[in-house]
Amino acid sequence: MSLSRREFLKSSAAASAAAAIGMNVPAELEANASAAENGWRWDKAACRFCGTGCGIMMATKNGKIVAVKGDPAAPVNRGLNCIKGYFNAKIMYGADRLTKPLLRMNNKGEFDKHGKFAEISWERAFDEMELNIRKALKASGPEGVAVFASGQYTIMEGYAAQKMMKGGFRSNAIDPNARHCMASAVVGFYQTFGIDEPSGCYDDIELTDTVVSWGSNMAEMHPILWSRVTDRKLTDPDRVRVINMSTYRHRTSDLADIEIIFTPNTDLAMWNYIAREIVYNNPDAIDWDFLKTNIIFAASPVNMGYGMRRAGEKSMTPVRPDGSAGKYSAKEMETINHEMVHKVSAAEAPALEPYGYKEGDDMVNKPAGLKHWEISFEEYKKFLAPYTLDYVAKISKGDPDESLESFKKKLQTLADLYIEKGRKVVSFWTMGMNQHTRGTWVNTLSYNVHFMLNKQALPGSGAFSLTGQPSACGTAREVGTFCHRLPADMMVKNPHHRKHTENRWKIPEGTLNPVGNQHIMKIHRDIEDGLVKFAWVNVCNAYQDSASAKHWIKAARELDNFIVTSDGYPGISAMVSDMVLPSAMIYEKWGAYGNAERRSQHWRQQVLPVGDAMSDTWQWMELSKRFTVKDLWGPYTLRNGKKLADVRKAAQALGYNDDTTMYEILYANKEAKSYKIDLNSFPQKGYDNSDCSGDSRNVIGGDGKVAKGCGFMVHEYLWEEYASFGRGHGHDLAPFVTYHKVRGLKWPVVDGKETPWRFNVKYDPYAAKAVAKSGSKSTHAFYGPLAKALPQGNLLGITDKNKKPLTDKAKIFARPYMDPPEVPDAEYDTWLATGRVLEHWHSGTMTMRVPELFRAVPEALCYMNPKTAEEKGLKQGDLCWVESRRGRVKAHVETRGRNRPPRGLVFVPWFDEKVFINKVCLDATCPQSKQTDYKKCAVKLYKA
Amino acid sequence: MSENIPNSKKKSALSDRRKFILTMARGVGIAAMGGFVWSAFVDEVTASQLLLRPPGALVEDDFLKTCIKCGLCVEACPYDTLVLAKPGDHKPLGTPYFTPREVPCYMCPDIPCVPVCPTGALDTSSVSTDGVLDINSADMGLAVVDEDSCIAFWGIQCDACYRACPILGQAITIEYQKNERTGKHAFMKPIVHADACTGCGMCERACVTEKPAIYILPREVAQGKAGNYYIKGWDKKDEARLKDAKAIKTTTEISKQSASDKLNSDLLEDLYE
Amino acid sequence: MKTLWNSYRYLFFRRFTQIGLLVLYFGANAWGWTILQGNLSSSIIMKTIPMSDPYAALQMLAAGALMATNLLIGVAVVTAFYFIVGGRAFCSWVCPINMVTDLANYLREVIGMNKITGIKQPASRKIRYWVLGLSLVISAIMGVTAFEFISPISMLHRGIVFGIGFGWAAVLIIFLFDLFVLKNGWCGHICPLGGFYSILGKFSLIRVKHLEENCTLCMKCKVVCPENQVLYMIGKESLPVLSGECTNCARCIEVCDDDALNFSIRSMAQNKKMGE
Repeated sequence: MSLSRREFLKSSAAASAAAAIGMNVPAELEANASAAENGWRWDKAACRFCGTGCGIMMATKNGKIVAVKGDPAAPVNRGLNCIKGYFNAKIMYGADRLTKPLLRMNNKGEFDKHGKFAEISWERAFDEMELNIRKALKASGPEGVAVFASGQYTIMEGYAAQKMMKGGFRSNAIDPNARHCMASAVVGFYQTFGIDEPSGCYDDIELTDTVVSWGSNMAEMHPILWSRVTDRKLTDPDRVRVINMSTYRHRTSDLADIEIIFTPNTDLAMWNYIAREIVYNNPDAIDWDFLKTNIIFAASPVNMGYGMRRAGEKSMTPVRPDGSAGKYSAKEMETINHEMVHKVSAAEAPALEPYGYKEGDDMVNKPAGLKHWEISFEEYKKFLAPYTLDYVAKISKGDPDESLESFKKKLQTLADLYIEKGRKVVSFWTMGMNQHTRGTWVNTLSYNVHFMLNKQALPGSGAFSLTGQPSACGTAREVGTFCHRLPADMMVKNPHHRKHTENRWKIPEGTLNPVGNQHIMKIHRDIEDGLVKFAWVNVCNAYQDSASAKHWIKAARELDNFIVTSDGYPGISAMVSDMVLPSAMIYEKWGAYGNAERRSQHWRQQVLPVGDAMSDTWQWMELSKRFTVKDLWGPYTLRNGKKLADVRKAAQALGYNDDTTMYEILYANKEAKSYKIDLNSFPQKGYDNSDCSGDSRNVIGGDGKVAKGCGFMVHEYLWEEYASFGRGHGHDLAPFVTYHKVRGLKWPVVDGKETPWRFNVKYDPYAAKAVAKSGSKSTHAFYGPLAKALPQGNLLGITDKNKKPLTDKAKIFARPYMDPPEVPDAEYDTWLATGRVLEHWHSGTMTMRVPELFRAVPEALCYMNPKTAEEKGLKQGDLCWVESRRGRVKAHVETRGRNRPPRGLVFVPWFDEKVFINKVCLDATCPQSKQTDYKKCAVKLYKA
Repeated sequence: MSENIPNSKKKSALSDRRKFILTMARGVGIAAMGGFVWSAFVDEVTASQLLLRPPGALVEDDFLKTCIKCGLCVEACPYDTLVLAKPGDHKPLGTPYFTPREVPCYMCPDIPCVPVCPTGALDTSSVSTDGVLDINSADMGLAVVDEDSCIAFWGIQCDACYRACPILGQAITIEYQKNERTGKHAFMKPIVHADACTGCGMCERACVTEKPAIYILPREVAQGKAGNYYIKGWDKKDEARLKDAKAIKTTTEISKQSASDKLNSDLLEDLYE
Repeated sequence: MKTLWNSYRYLFFRRFTQIGLLVLYFGANAWGWTILQGNLSSSIIMKTIPMSDPYAALQMLAAGALMATNLLIGVAVVTAFYFIVGGRAFCSWVCPINMVTDLANYLREVIGMNKITGIKQPASRKIRYWVLGLSLVISAIMGVTAFEFISPISMLHRGIVFGIGFGWAAVLIIFLFDLFVLKNGWCGHICPLGGFYSILGKFSLIRVKHLEENCTLCMKCKVVCPENQVLYMIGKESLPVLSGECTNCARCIEVCDDDALNFSIRSMAQNKKMGE
């Protein structure tokens, strides 16, 4: 009976997918344009907050947003919202909204790093930017100019920023806060599938039998998706199983049938345990037909460090006898030293034994990059041998007050649920698996289990990485505002990709910088090293969201550099900066976001920005007017000795001269101007467009004249040019105008149809095409193009350097359990994890200004086990110090309420600038993805 | 008798005894008058029922007798939750209370406000379990949800009250219910459990609606009461109510006459009229 | 020649204790001092010695409240204290309303209000005992501490420590009443707390004693005394002031240029009398 019901759901999901395009141009939407006589206007938009991507409708009245409603036509949320979404109408009108550019000045009106902020004109602001960028270029070359970018940029903003940075300044030092959030998932996708982003879609929730949440508090962080999981559980409570895997109890456990509380980092061991259960104890469960045609096995080096600073870097010298080094104290060095040499612990020794390590050995770490090679199934099996239930339970059991037997039983049940024939399983995860010093590894391990059981890229089954930010997928990943990326999964390192991009951007070949290593922590470190002299914070809060924060703030304030923050509100980053620019917020500009199920959603500018605020797109275009071919496209030598060619001559061949501005090349070119402003037809009719036509505020722009806009439809231009990168390459996006008629579409959009399940021949035209081409009978084709030829080897290394192609195949990786670099010891005896709460978004710049949300959760608390509190002489409500080797903050002790850590672990959320927990957190990263591990470091607790 | 005494004499010749009696009578009269005004005023200012007392407070009638209005509980409160009623607050003057929407009770495990009470108006034993202070046994009021304005009942994923609840999972639980309109989401509705709720007001404080959709009322106001003459047959604990049960003589409109009066009444004629 | 200090030394000490106590109470609430916590209704010294208002306790008793041990100890402490220093020493040395009514009295003198109302007071000083009795009757009937819900004294001291609200209006009424309606109206006629301490003070030890032989009949003492009926013996007999209504404010001692008034201990005063 339940089966027939599921079949029904499947067909209805497919039907809705097929009908998606053009189907629901809701009558409401069309009627609304003319409904202005009511005194208000409804128009569709996307929620500002998380990666779920709920559709909303905004009501504007007298030029201000006055109300919001969930969009009943939006397939994700069908008219519902969480409480952050509920307050979208209130986020833009905080009393301390930034309205004018501000510069630190002395009393003579000159820039002074130690001066107080005072209002300046936009013209002066761009003068200062221009001056300081020129200084930075002169001192350090393109690597000296950096941008802290964002997964909350609109797609067009991100693309505009990326063009000017990479094409104009020839700097790859642009990296989004999505690095802190999704990078491990990305590298996991690249290594496994050769192409980024999830294979499934949210319909998996309605179709699955089992939801396993790995390091994801979906109940608080993806509430609308969680309500779909809840509905699924209610629909078939006997069949559906929900398992919550976490290092502490949180609200996701409420619905769960099984709650597994594990020791930080041991998710690696548990994934391998499940794989071992399959390979050793349930070999029948392996779908060999699927494996043989679609999968190969692979390995990579294990001694790759922890993504911390390395000995010899400028700020790490000199090394002093007391153990301190440069700007790092002896205490900090205790942890950082693991980056160079790590002593193999008792916990990790069995897992590392197949790699030739035993307990107490010195593991000498070297940066390994993304290198990996093919191994045999036998090698993989050998690798899995140590992950017995006894071993894994011993190192993984995270609650000292739980019995080993009970924990083992749960692990066993978990493995059984995955393995059970005919049981569909979705594994969701978010920051627990991404913010991880082995984040890439654990991401790839999740696919191993699903692949072996042939439970990936099927309706209702698959490992599914949920995104945190509203456009981590849409902007950061698809547009490629990462230091190493170009649009549509292309890489700056790849000469073909660079050439393709240069041609598309109509800039000379050789312009793009091939070295893309300035990820977000590297930018911070480069500022501390004095290399980066100019940094611009866009749509993020880089100084609140980065771990080891004291170092970066000190570097920004005390070294010779110029930090600019564009923001809606004065957060920590603005306070740290030398200049602050007022930015238009989300509904004050045209934009688009892309959510976790590959759904791109557009909205129109609903209202004029507050004060003199202007969009980031406009700011980038204004800045680009200040730089010409001769300013930027001469020769440079990068710090690694590589040379960037002088492309000024080549520019002439393209019809530019020395004085052609970057604005004319990158933004206001002939192609751009073909996208006309047309105020008489859909979608522009009746809507403001401050970037293109100026607006009634008559803001004085970067040239000292009234800003009248660029004069063409820049948003459509940026969208279409960006979309052209992916069309025909598995990233197909629909035309700009289409998105204004529908509630988002899941790419690839081929022949007007969105794709619900990628790599699945039945649903993905690219997979069908690949299978047709190869002539295989497979149900799947993992056609992603990256790393699709590998040398051969065993667990220890490459034995045959000849690369063997693996067309349309995905990979199962052998990746062992390893400790994080900082584990609790006698002095710092407690784990610290940080994260979010439902009520607040990220650093709280918006939600802490919504009175209701502020009242609901006014401060970050230190959640701890009552027994931990008792041990430390603390009681409920006490102020306590949370101190690590890097710094300390004071927070109130909470032994009750929403988060219930086991003994020995505390959780402190990071939204509260007054409980600045990133002073305490460690900036260790996954060495492959460079994503910071915010989920674990060692602290001590004592009464304040 | 009076007609024998001349008018002129009447005034001056008031006897001392009579003067004393009159003075006393006058005093008593004025005192009675003042007393009524005074009583009426006191009755008025102590009438407020919508008032939340500190943990351990005696029932309101006893509390008003016993509280000496010294403010020691207010001083002991680390969160400035408690305040003393000021003239103009329209609350019994000088007595401690709290307004959860402004500052709720944070339910300190050591309940500092109670033991300091010099008069026992805040009763330590009522917030103790087995002789140990236990704030979870406090009973300051009861949270009540207005389902019309509670956005969780609209389907919004809120539950801010649930997450704010110091004893979540006991005092407030979430009831899951399918949202038939969307066909794929679930309602998550906060449900208050009167047996566990202490009335601390953390939920009211956290509620994100303009006026809170969950709010604390004194139990007297919030709750009904089932009589002790019926005990739940399926709930062993309910037997506890039996100790207050006693035989009740009942009177209704139909039974107010005695049996013989009724039998002898005119009703009989009506029966066959 | 008497110095300014001599003329006002007790007044200074009284104001010092009145204000000082309020400062200690205020500091306890605002900054967590522990020297003296609570207010004049009930308080605790250094977190150990309890003190409670015996009159409030009496009302509680009348209202039918159960009396807690701490409360009884506090009442005993306060009763014992005033038994020694003079019952109505509370009124002149502690009660903050005294500052208000003293100011009204002073202004009355300055603006000549006494001249139009004449010497004869239109009301009896016995009213306070009626009010005292009435408060206990109402407490009993209503089951609440009747005076505590209308007491302007509590409104003021509680108001200063915990926030006054509209309590200032009650204080202003007393001020205006004393200024325009009745000289020493509140403290000398109506206040049941004063009445209560008058009764308690009948037995207290510290007393003002009059030495008739030094008296020059200047009558300054009678002018300055807020309860001048207690000074009936001035210029007539060497007697201690034994009436409980004397507040031990010592204004009479300060204004006496002739050393005809001084503090003494009751038993000594009586012994002397007996010795004579």
